[in-house]
Amino acid sequence: MDTGMSHDTIGAMLALFVAVPLLAAGLLVIFRKVVWLQPVVLFAVLGASLAGALALIAELAGGEVIAHGVGNFAFGVAIPFAADMFTALMLTTTAILALLSAWFAAASGHLREPFFAPMVLVLMTGVYGALLTADAFNFFVFIEVMLLPSYGLYATTIHRRGGDLMLGGMRLYIAANLLASTTLLAGVAMVYATAGTVNLGQLAGAASEDPMVAIAMSIVLLAMLTKAAVVPVHSWLARTYAYTSPAMTALISGLHTKVAVYAIYRFYAVVFDGDTRFLWILVALFTATMLIGVLGAVGEKTTRSILVFHMISQLGYILMGVALFTELGLTAGIFYLVHHMLVKASLFLSTGAVEVKYGTGELDKVTDIARREPLIAVSFFAAALSLAGIPPFSGFVAKFSLMLGTFEAGRYIALAVMVIVSLITLLSMLKIWNGMFWGDPKTPAPDPAAGQDPDGEGATLGGGVALVTRTEETRTEDDTETAPRRRISLWLAAPAAILALLTLAIGLGGEVLLGWAETAAHGLMDTTGYVEAVSNS
Amino acid sequence: MTLALSVGLLVGGGVYLMMRRDMLRIALGFTLLSHGVNLMLISAGGTAWRDEPFGTHTDTATVADPLPQAFVLTAIVISFSISVLLFVTAAVGRRNDNTRPEIDEQDGDPARDPASEVKH
Repeated sequence: MDTGMSHDTIGAMLALFVAVPLLAAGLLVIFRKVVWLQPVVLFAVLGASLAGALALIAELAGGEVIAHGVGNFAFGVAIPFAADMFTALMLTTTAILALLSAWFAAASGHLREPFFAPMVLVLMTGVYGALLTADAFNFFVFIEVMLLPSYGLYATTIHRRGGDLMLGGMRLYIAANLLASTTLLAGVAMVYATAGTVNLGQLAGAASEDPMVAIAMSIVLLAMLTKAAVVPVHSWLARTYAYTSPAMTALISGLHTKVAVYAIYRFYAVVFDGDTRFLWILVALFTATMLIGVLGAVGEKTTRSILVFHMISQLGYILMGVALFTELGLTAGIFYLVHHMLVKASLFLSTGAVEVKYGTGELDKVTDIARREPLIAVSFFAAALSLAGIPPFSGFVAKFSLMLGTFEAGRYIALAVMVIVSLITLLSMLKIWNGMFWGDPKTPAPDPAAGQDPDGEGATLGGGVALVTRTEETRTEDDTETAPRRRISLWLAAPAAILALLTLAIGLGGEVLLGWAETAAHGLMDTTGYVEAVSNS
Repeated sequence: MTLALSVGLLVGGGVYLMMRRDMLRIALGFTLLSHGVNLMLISAGGTAWRDEPFGTHTDTATVADPLPQAFVLTAIVISFSISVLLFVTAAVGRRNDNTRPEIDEQDGDPARDPASEVKH
């Protein structure tokens, strides 16, 4: 697509990804009493950013890189914003997720929480900024911009129902992320001390030439691995994402850890120049992540804590792409990243819809959903098969190409673990299916307020933290009736279904995304284009 | 060297406090940790140049690197805002600020009775 705009113009417009959501968020805070304005502005801005990201994909499909030094200062002085195919793909996927999670939040009543819309917009400002920036310190700042509203969103899920469990989750969430951010900052300080710059254009290849920079940069990578919940430092994720509201989990599942993954890919490709000497460490770490994550999932009892452990396991798969550092490996990793973000969000949204309307996500407490809510069941099943890597869905393409890449690179142990982990993934997905979607039709559906008090009798980890908006109405319902009444409206089920369709579409027509992923991987294998664009910005 | 020692001391103290059980001490530990890292950032600009980067007639041979100072200024604000949030989470605990993951037993406080909370 030729937009007729020069790359300079588009480069200057990259800052709009950051400026527009931030401005809109400020406006929504000012006009917080105007209730109708909140969803209108939220969806308009999220939709516009999705359109912008799609246009960027079309513009960069040939492998070009667009960069712009903010404020038109000289190279090395200005903070550069840069976009290549990888950035554009991530921008698009995060925009889709934000849009659908916000839709789900609107349908589940979460949007009515105070400051929900502005906080989501600031969150997206941080995400877009962190993806676009080509400067390590500015990356840290955008990570914080992304995290602070997340803490706020986490807090809005607590304020009505209290609960030490959720508060504990929030404390852990802030503490783990603050520790990782501080580590990141320390790493950036050391990079500046050893290399004299934090600009990615100037840092290109610095870590493969100078071991001092390599040590400094590995601290940055350590911080990002913590944020991405790779195995030695994964447990914070499993004990925080499950304790907030379903809408919130779905929203952050595709953003925070994935921005960290993006940073690991980018930093390792540019600053380490894909140095093959350190790849074995990464392969070992990510193999352990795949295995331990999925084993944790098998042991859990609520849908969301199972899915959160799966996320850890899948992050191991995604990051394996960068640990292979071959053209095929990176292509597979990037494809896996996009596929996984969509699928995971779909799973969180379908089980989240059940949690919202049935009050708990604990297996065997809420049963027979397949008969009560066919649409949710179909969405969940499609996404679950995709997660396990079954042919008609995108997960198959992702896993198959990643396994090919692993085989090609000669990492046979990692390959074996991948195959085994896929089986265990399927096992625990079937566990959710059996525990929640099948079951005795005579079993009454739980009260929507079931397990609403996380500290009370029969409190469940992960389950029962849903927002109940229609308690009075559903209380009167006769739960022993034989014909089940549908509780999840089409409006609430649609986001999960759309994402499930998307994963099917990517599975059937995988070549389009695979081609884009290949362009993105090419940009990571050979970073001269990126570095040149940043240097000339 | 003095800076390195101070950073080590602050980070050590921070890590010790973070290992404590109550949230208030953990939050204080994070404060110490961010102090340590801020000193690290300042030292990244080199410690031999002590003049303040002010005014027009600054001599680049003696004036301090302004970029790490801007970094630190940003980092201070960020860690301040997150610290505030951490201290709030320490204060809003139900009875204490212990960070135990287990569920505490009910204490029969009617104002905090979960049953009355759900019904509004």
